[in-house]
Amino acid sequence: MTMGVESNNFIALADVALHNDDLQHAIGEGTRTAYYKRLDTMFAHGNEHGESMRQQAAEAKRRALRHLPDLLEKAERNLKKNGFQVEWAVDAVQANQLVLDIARRHSVQTVTKAKSMLSEELGTNHAMEAAGLRVVETDLGEYIIQLANETPSHIVGPVMHKTKAEIRDVFVDELGMEPTDDAEEMVAFARGMLREDFLGADMGISGGNFLIAETGSIGLVMNEGNGRMCTSLPRVHIALVGIEKLVDTVEDYATLTQVLPSSSTGQKLTVYTNIINGPRRDDEDDGPEHAYVILVDNGRSDIYATKYAEVLSCIRCGACQNACPVYRTMGGHAYGWVYGGPIGAVLTPLFVGLENATPLPHASSLCGSCKQVCPVDIDLPRMLLDLRWDLVQAGESDGRWDVAMRMWAIGMTSPTRFNMGGLAARVGQHVMGDYMPGVLGNWTKHRDFPEFASKPFRQLWKERKRGRA
Amino acid sequence: MALSERESPKGKRVSLFVTCIVDMIYPGTGMSAVDILEHVGVDVDFPMAQTCCGQPAFNSGYRDEARTVARHFFKAFKDAEVIVTPSGSCATMVRHEYPHLFTPDDGELYEQARRMAAITWEFSEFLVDGLGIVDLQLQLPEKESFAMHDACHGLRGLGLGWASRELIANLGNAELVELKECEVCCGFGGLFSVKMADISNAMLKTKVDNINDSSAETIVTGDVSCLTQMNGGLSRDKSRKRVLHLADVLAKGLGGGRA
Repeated sequence: MTMGVESNNFIALADVALHNDDLQHAIGEGTRTAYYKRLDTMFAHGNEHGESMRQQAAEAKRRALRHLPDLLEKAERNLKKNGFQVEWAVDAVQANQLVLDIARRHSVQTVTKAKSMLSEELGTNHAMEAAGLRVVETDLGEYIIQLANETPSHIVGPVMHKTKAEIRDVFVDELGMEPTDDAEEMVAFARGMLREDFLGADMGISGGNFLIAETGSIGLVMNEGNGRMCTSLPRVHIALVGIEKLVDTVEDYATLTQVLPSSSTGQKLTVYTNIINGPRRDDEDDGPEHAYVILVDNGRSDIYATKYAEVLSCIRCGACQNACPVYRTMGGHAYGWVYGGPIGAVLTPLFVGLENATPLPHASSLCGSCKQVCPVDIDLPRMLLDLRWDLVQAGESDGRWDVAMRMWAIGMTSPTRFNMGGLAARVGQHVMGDYMPGVLGNWTKHRDFPEFASKPFRQLWKERKRGRA
Repeated sequence: MALSERESPKGKRVSLFVTCIVDMIYPGTGMSAVDILEHVGVDVDFPMAQTCCGQPAFNSGYRDEARTVARHFFKAFKDAEVIVTPSGSCATMVRHEYPHLFTPDDGELYEQARRMAAITWEFSEFLVDGLGIVDLQLQLPEKESFAMHDACHGLRGLGLGWASRELIANLGNAELVELKECEVCCGFGGLFSVKMADISNAMLKTKVDNINDSSAETIVTGDVSCLTQMNGGLSRDKSRKRVLHLADVLAKGLGGGRA
């Protein structure tokens, strides 16, 4: 089962976020901090260097996408050589069933989880809990989210929408922490709680930032070390990996592990950069006894067949969210599904169906910041424009706009009608005063509208020419 | 299209595409653009058949309607050698979107779209990159401080860079100061400001706060649509500050100012 989709309630959800002062403060600060850190790191060696890193990263992902079917086979072969057991899941139901089967096979009771947006997409936690398993999120942000019974609002900083005081309250209410406003004390408290879970877990679940085909490895980047605990301490490790996470070579992985942290947190490199090569070998002291990779489609191959295929290059860095002025005003929950921000506005309709996410393609001023900061140069504004076109073609657009646009186009194909339209607007404004009618009233709710000129430019131009003649 | 691949517009007659909003609401800005162009010795004409570039329809997904309006644009500007427009947004529509709106299957229409894209320039870009003029040899009647708001389509769509700042920096009596988050969208986004008015307003509020915090007396931008949004917010906020189009700021230096 896929997580519930609320994207058609975008406007109402956004309204809630716009009226939440704590959220406004937290998101405004979180996104801007990450945005400026990215600028510092990405362009530390000049604009040209930063831009060429982006282009190199984009090319690595595009190349992998072009050869996706072949590379998936190559990856499967090499994963198996490394001792991974490889499973394929067409959709969320199948992926979650595979997870439950593996858990049952190995008598698993407690599961520790590293951060995985794919597992959010699949609703894996819910499926495991429904089957009676104890699941503990171990990324600090995800841990807080799980305790608060919420969903991540940002790809990289899942708890970005919460202030420090709100996080304190979650720890106090849910875990009985002694109240403190000291962030380090809160982290130490969470660390203490998590330590026991790490040691007691039977199975660890991680995502995979990259799947390296030539070596059959899972590339995993993280800052807290929790991912390493999940992938090496328990008896069983499952990596849930979307089929688009593929890269061909270790060199490509090296390229991408530079742009991913610089784009998301402004780090040159994450604290932990892992290449995981299967279960514990006979001569090794640690690592899981059993290591599985579940390669998940869940709609990706459908997207691959469309004009939106390029969006599968996304490496989930969150830079577009940090840069997006729309996201900055309200965070990720309003988008109504797993992914928020510009990438969410594109991915959500593609994953859950356009009819279930009709407002999202319009949730952008098309300012272009998302494309500018994207480490793999995905043309998100163009995709939003194409999705808007799809909406109109699918009859999912607002009927009032359908009529208005048809009338408008008729008006704009003749200077005479254009002039009459201008005259009508002037008269209309004179009659109506400062407030505009119908849907245009949304404009004057917040802003004053300028007066239409008594003489349009074309008339001034004629008078000027006459004056000179 | 990279600038280096574009044919130089030097010495050619300029057809002004004034844009629908300038025509109806800001005719003075259109006149300022004409005055500046004539000041640097350009021969300007105004094709009377022109209306709009079609962007409102294109941006909201109504491609059939956008194509209809674009075809009218082709007709209106069929004799143009060079098109100059005082809008980064409309220039982006013609330059980047027309070649997407029509495909090679459209034959002659596709060729026209490509031709329009190749000969269209945004106002500041035309002066600085097209003609190579950064100093207009103009002086404001008195000292005034300005800050730029880099309108999105000009900045990221056309990659205009610092053309406007160079023109202002060389304007006598003008001082350029900082505007925080000058590269961030004002929240207009065309119909976005109507369809998602509350979000647009939240974006505008941040912009208005930054403008109020700036030491600049006047904010300068290259798009009247963004200017309408920002001035609408400043006026509602009872702020003394206002946003002016670059052409109006420059034209103040011509004496007898128009802005």
